[in-house]
Amino acid sequence: MDITLSHYLAVGAMLFTIGVFGIFVNRKNVIIILMSIELILLAVNINFVAFSTHLNDVAGQIMAMFVLTVAAAEAAVGLAILVTFFRNRGDIAVDDASVMKG
Amino acid sequence: MPDLSSALNLAASEVTLAVGAMVLLLLGAFMGEKSTRLISILSVALLVGASALAINAPLGQAFNGAFVADPLAVYGKVAIYLLSAVAVVLGDGWMARTRIARFEYPVLIVLASVGMAMMVSSGDLISLYVGIELHSLALYVLAAFHRDDLRASEAGLKYFVLGALSSGLLLYGASLIYGFSGSMRFEDIALSARSVADGGSAGLIFGLVFLICGLAFKVSAAPFHMWTPDVYEGAPTPVVALFATAPKMAAMVLVARVLSEGFGAIHDQWAQVLVLICLASFVVGAIGGLAQRDLQRLLAYSSIANIGYALLGIVAGTEAGLQAMLMFMTLYVIDQIGFFAVLLSLSRGGKPIRRIADLAGLKKTRPLTTVVLTILSLSVLGMPPFSGFWGKYYVFGAAADAGYWMVAAAGLVASVVAAFYYLRIIKLMWFDPPLDELATTDAQPIEARTLALASAAFAFPVVIIGLTWLEPLTVIAASGFGAG
Repeated sequence: MDITLSHYLAVGAMLFTIGVFGIFVNRKNVIIILMSIELILLAVNINFVAFSTHLNDVAGQIMAMFVLTVAAAEAAVGLAILVTFFRNRGDIAVDDASVMKG
Repeated sequence: MPDLSSALNLAASEVTLAVGAMVLLLLGAFMGEKSTRLISILSVALLVGASALAINAPLGQAFNGAFVADPLAVYGKVAIYLLSAVAVVLGDGWMARTRIARFEYPVLIVLASVGMAMMVSSGDLISLYVGIELHSLALYVLAAFHRDDLRASEAGLKYFVLGALSSGLLLYGASLIYGFSGSMRFEDIALSARSVADGGSAGLIFGLVFLICGLAFKVSAAPFHMWTPDVYEGAPTPVVALFATAPKMAAMVLVARVLSEGFGAIHDQWAQVLVLICLASFVVGAIGGLAQRDLQRLLAYSSIANIGYALLGIVAGTEAGLQAMLMFMTLYVIDQIGFFAVLLSLSRGGKPIRRIADLAGLKKTRPLTTVVLTILSLSVLGMPPFSGFWGKYYVFGAAADAGYWMVAAAGLVASVVAAFYYLRIIKLMWFDPPLDELATTDAQPIEARTLALASAAFAFPVVIIGLTWLEPLTVIAASGFGAG
């Protein structure tokens, strides 16, 4: 079986959906949310690289590089904020982030 | 193919700010915490200098069209730099009084303003994404700046999680747009949008909806507003003053640019999505604000409603609509600066005033502040001679002219409902007895007092003259941006 563009897009869409659900359904741990965010960004990268090879255009792969770099920076900032939250709260369960009612 | 030096010339203000931020960071690292005041002064100078550079920089495109310097970008940049400078001024004294002053605060604001400037002058999806992330990463840290405070770190965490999710949505949309149009550049996307309008693939529209959702998070339009009340309540007040002004301005200009430059041909499709977002924002902003007790939460709901009004100008899709949006946003952010300056200037026994009920009987102790807050409230609710009225006049007019008079009428109804919570503030201050007779407010810091006075003065008498020079500027900035 040939692996075509639509296969890559399907994988990307599935990973993206898992990532979004990971953020909303998960009630346990903020670290899992960080992992879900990472999953979303990687799903997007699969899309970009698949389109890039399909279109014979390098811009998509350049974008994938930018996304990877920003994802690393984002994880660093996110973990830093999580550490300050943990210091103040003593816990990182999602349900505990509820001093202010949303 | 233009050479690097002329490309850098176009981006002079961003380059200056980026390099300046690094220098300030080094300076702070070497001199320690005692350098905070010096670095604040230097970053205000840097931001004001950058806005002068942005005005004088040549216009054109650079880096293969990834960076666009046109009148719209210049208008946005000057507004962003000046608003960021105001946030540094407001924050410096407040941070020192609350004993959380650190030299990173002005540096982070400078870095965020580089990102916002990138956003308003982005010409393709890569610079759009990089600009958004550059400003978001700095703002996540700023939201959690008061790191020993549980509410501030919770605000930072919520803002980070939802901001990262919105970036993910936006990127997924960007990847689909790239795939179905074959290019990152807005100009080329516009070509394939035209073919979609003639009955092409729907993939582009699918991607566009994701992109709009991601951007709606950034401007805090309903139904993507969940983070706004919590972040406004938890984050330090001067940081919220920044959140309410410069990033909103940048994101609105970005939305206008992407939609009219890249997707002008399918205006009918995205206008439907934006109309839904507008209506949801009206409802959430007007109804949600009614039950609030916390002043900053109230301002959050007020900002949701006001972003809805500003989006109306973009919905119109005409040059007049974009011009109206710029007018509205400019007048609105000046009001917001005034509101936050008043909040920052009021405290009792060293504690900032947080609850709306604390404003009761303010007329007895602070008559001038009461007048200022009254003028600002009347302005935001849209009372005729004040500046807020003129902003609404422009956007509702533009939307009605473009055939969206039903949405404009809904906006009018929403602003009547929202008038309740502004009038309640006025009633509390003028007619209610103070909660505690003994409690007088502390001395007001000079910078917050001056800014509050200045912005109230702008909201009423100055705005009449201000409109005559603001209008030609916005007309130039909006020229050439009609959909279709």
